[in-house]
Amino acid sequence: TVMAAPMTNDQSWFYALALGVSFLKCLLINAYHSTDFEVHRNWLALTHSLPVSQWYYEATSEWTLDYPPLFAWFEYGLSHIACFFDKEMLVVPNLNYASPATVLFQRLSVIVADVVFFYAVKECCKCLREDKGKDLLGKPSFILTVLLLWNFGLLIVDHIHFQYNGFLFGVLLLSIARHCQNRHFEGAFLFSVLLNLKHIYLYIAPAYGIYLLRCFCFTQSNADGSLQWRSFSVVRLVILGTIVLSTFAVSFGPFIALGQLPQVLSRLFPFKRGLCHAYWAPNIWALYNIADKAFSILGVKFRLLDINKLPKASMTGGLVQEFQHSVLPSVSPLATLVCTLLSILVNLPNSNIYTIFVILSLLQPALFKIWHRPNGARGFLRCLVICALGSFMFGWHVHEKAIMMAILPLSLLAVDSRKDAGIFLMLSVTSHYSLFPLLFTTQELPIKIFLMLLFTIFSLASLKTLFRKGGALLNPLEVTYLLGLIPLELICEFVYPLTVWQKTFPFLPLMLTSVYCALGVTYAFIRLYISLLTCSDTTKKTKMQ
Amino acid sequence: MENWSLFSLCVLLGLTSRWAVSFHSYSGAGKPPMFGDYEAQRHWQEVTYNLPVHEWYFNTTNNDLNYWGLDYPPLTAYHSLVCAYVAKLLNPEWVELHASRGYESHSHKLFMRATVLFTDILIYIPAVLLYCFYFCDGSSKQKVATALCILLYPGLILIDYGHFQYNSVSLGLALWGILGLGLGWDLFGSLAFTLALNYKQMELYHSLPFFCYLLGKCIKQGLIGRGFFQLAKISLTVLVTFALCWMPFLSDPKQPLQVLHRLFPFGRGLFEDKVANTWCSLNVLIKIKTLLIHLPTTLSPFPLSLYVSSPQNISQPVCLVINEIPLIAIWFLLTSTFSMLPLLVKDGLLLPYVVTSLAFLFLSLYLLSALERSTEEELRLGLYRKLTRHWLPKLNLSRIIKWKFWFSLVAMAALSFTSVWLEPPAKFPDLFPVLVSILSFLHFLGFIIYFNLVQLMEPQRKKSQKKTN
Repeated sequence: TVMAAPMTNDQSWFYALALGVSFLKCLLINAYHSTDFEVHRNWLALTHSLPVSQWYYEATSEWTLDYPPLFAWFEYGLSHIACFFDKEMLVVPNLNYASPATVLFQRLSVIVADVVFFYAVKECCKCLREDKGKDLLGKPSFILTVLLLWNFGLLIVDHIHFQYNGFLFGVLLLSIARHCQNRHFEGAFLFSVLLNLKHIYLYIAPAYGIYLLRCFCFTQSNADGSLQWRSFSVVRLVILGTIVLSTFAVSFGPFIALGQLPQVLSRLFPFKRGLCHAYWAPNIWALYNIADKAFSILGVKFRLLDINKLPKASMTGGLVQEFQHSVLPSVSPLATLVCTLLSILVNLPNSNIYTIFVILSLLQPALFKIWHRPNGARGFLRCLVICALGSFMFGWHVHEKAIMMAILPLSLLAVDSRKDAGIFLMLSVTSHYSLFPLLFTTQELPIKIFLMLLFTIFSLASLKTLFRKGGALLNPLEVTYLLGLIPLELICEFVYPLTVWQKTFPFLPLMLTSVYCALGVTYAFIRLYISLLTCSDTTKKTKMQ
Repeated sequence: MENWSLFSLCVLLGLTSRWAVSFHSYSGAGKPPMFGDYEAQRHWQEVTYNLPVHEWYFNTTNNDLNYWGLDYPPLTAYHSLVCAYVAKLLNPEWVELHASRGYESHSHKLFMRATVLFTDILIYIPAVLLYCFYFCDGSSKQKVATALCILLYPGLILIDYGHFQYNSVSLGLALWGILGLGLGWDLFGSLAFTLALNYKQMELYHSLPFFCYLLGKCIKQGLIGRGFFQLAKISLTVLVTFALCWMPFLSDPKQPLQVLHRLFPFGRGLFEDKVANTWCSLNVLIKIKTLLIHLPTTLSPFPLSLYVSSPQNISQPVCLVINEIPLIAIWFLLTSTFSMLPLLVKDGLLLPYVVTSLAFLFLSLYLLSALERSTEEELRLGLYRKLTRHWLPKLNLSRIIKWKFWFSLVAMAALSFTSVWLEPPAKFPDLFPVLVSILSFLHFLGFIIYFNLVQLMEPQRKKSQKKTN
């Protein structure tokens, strides 16, 4: 009889998963791509054809360079390989040039750059606790690998919509892995590099800063976990500072020397855009907007407001615009910045909170022992996710893709603890669904449904199996909410386009999607927040070298 | 992980790869005046929707048989009719008589691709899942792995979702037939297979083993009494199914004759593809035998002869044995995909061909542990061993097979690469397609011999297995 367990090799399953997902990505080469494709083609062209002094001034195309210099150098490096595929794509005036060779090259560049992501995932798996003797499909490292390598958001955004997030998240995850492995200098270096590749990661810089300061520069904690001021290591601080500053110097140096720093910064941080994208990211402002809209409609209905005096708010167009609120106070960029800072600040380690938990821990040592985490990196990771999610919730001009910054690190926590797994399921299903409007073409509809089902079924089934002891991961309310996504999808994409309202209110499905998902994301945020506040006792107990 | 989630993941992967391949070009895209198989299917929708039944297979002013005349049995025509009704709802221009000739648009392509996906989900995929669930050895994980490998077979995906055909319907129905026989539901099995036959006449190649198996089963039950009764029931099922399918054509004696003339155009010649096929029937025989009871040993192997066939009919039975002799099956399936290279290149399907073939190769080798499960016993090399025992007793046959496997893969890859990248010399413009044909033919010859020898060894292997158990 023929009987052989197919996956007994140590690491061969990792390569099988990586190869499998790469083949899938190759099949998607001919799928729809968004304007981001032209954005990157333009950057290939301008970095290749123009001298460095022109990079941040070039404005032939509307898609000007708005990533930090290291990414520009990355595009420059790619452009030298692009020569072999199609020289025409490197000509700046060739706007919207998309020959088959161009598409092939750009798509392949994303697929190949994902190698960084693969390596990072492999490193992250090393940070997990492994139970020996479990079969492959139940191993945390296997589950984490699939959750990361086959992440729906990355596949959709990177390999259809077109971006380089896999590569960037690879650097982020590698940095996290290095911190988990206590190689803090490398972790700090990688994060500085990441900041110079895409400045959106500034949102999670506070987590890094405080973690490194508190847990690395102060080399020891007291027995009760509180700060030991005398253990401050100036050497470490100086080395960290040097690493960060030199990375920034290499990246921005040429532009500072040319006196172009203000121009570069104005490109990186364009504050002229309105509060919301044309499609609202499912964050707090979506709920704020809908409340405003609801109040204004009610107000008009009950003759409290004069309809002529209301500003004409347009949420339908495809371009980014200023959005005036009708009833609630209009929100300025400053207000959102303050909100974001506030939400992040509360997460930082606070000695008062530590004292409370010290008392609790003396009362319950046994429980504490069970909850003990091997190192402070878990708390750091939790803090990082909260920062990412907090900035998504309250951020200025947030794109719905930014939710990926919270989901990917959260996957690491999800395979470790039950509560995090439950939060992860809520957050990932909701936010993956919120990415659906990115792919609005009919041809891609089956793909996004199949892939969404693939990821959701896998995450539900595998996490359920991993944490089968101790009841269900999701309570009935959460399950109902998630199941509600199915009728939502049917209405928004199948029923609504056939109705009369499609012409008069074309934005309604988007608004519905955004608001519904905002509920789920907010709920996940609150739960994570609470779990951080209740878990911070474990971070203080660890001793860093 | 639970079974249902593993199976659904497997199905979703199969569906995703199918739909992703459908993004690419189809046969005859943008190539007037004749276009290709895609236009043929669209044309059949036009013909069946607009013309009365008695005109479908005849050459009339409204129906030019030289422009993709119907040459499949009536069930294909009814299927086209149903699709045409849907097409009419979505956009009447797609099936406008005469005016829609050569109609090509993005939304029409989506519609046509969707019809393939629909029938695939309805007929073929459930059959594969049930087959793996009931008839595959091993743990549930192995069954899922087998199902995944079958679903990822590149040949079927590329032809159905690339070139454009509905092979999954006839193959799926035939598979339901096998399932029926395997589960002991003879009537259901006969019904399903008759439907398959009425969808595409190529299923005739599979009909012989069906017939022999059922006949043998009835004989075993005794020709007087239960056996005869069973035979009568089966025959009745088959005849009634045929009658129902051909009913609109039975009013006038000219009708069925014309249909048969269209199905079996002996004027055109049989040797359109240089592929031998009787072993394919034998292959299904092997499979059924290993699953079920023994056929009477009076049945002798059939003489080799050449038939016309499409690669799908060859490959489908081999797909079914992929879990038993993984290495040989994978090798064979890749060869059959490779043999279609000239056609695929012509259709602009080079990228999906490369990706799906490589994906199938690596994933099936890995999931089925094909390279590890290649001892002489597992590769069924018994007869080869007997033949070489006298002259070369120390030969490591399994290593030779593996080397041949890799070498042939390299040869196929090299030939694929050269036929795409290099220009053929002016004197031999068809050099590369001919080389592909020759290489495939040599492979298939080797496979015929192998499968025939395995077939001969089968009773003895079963006996020795029973002895060791």
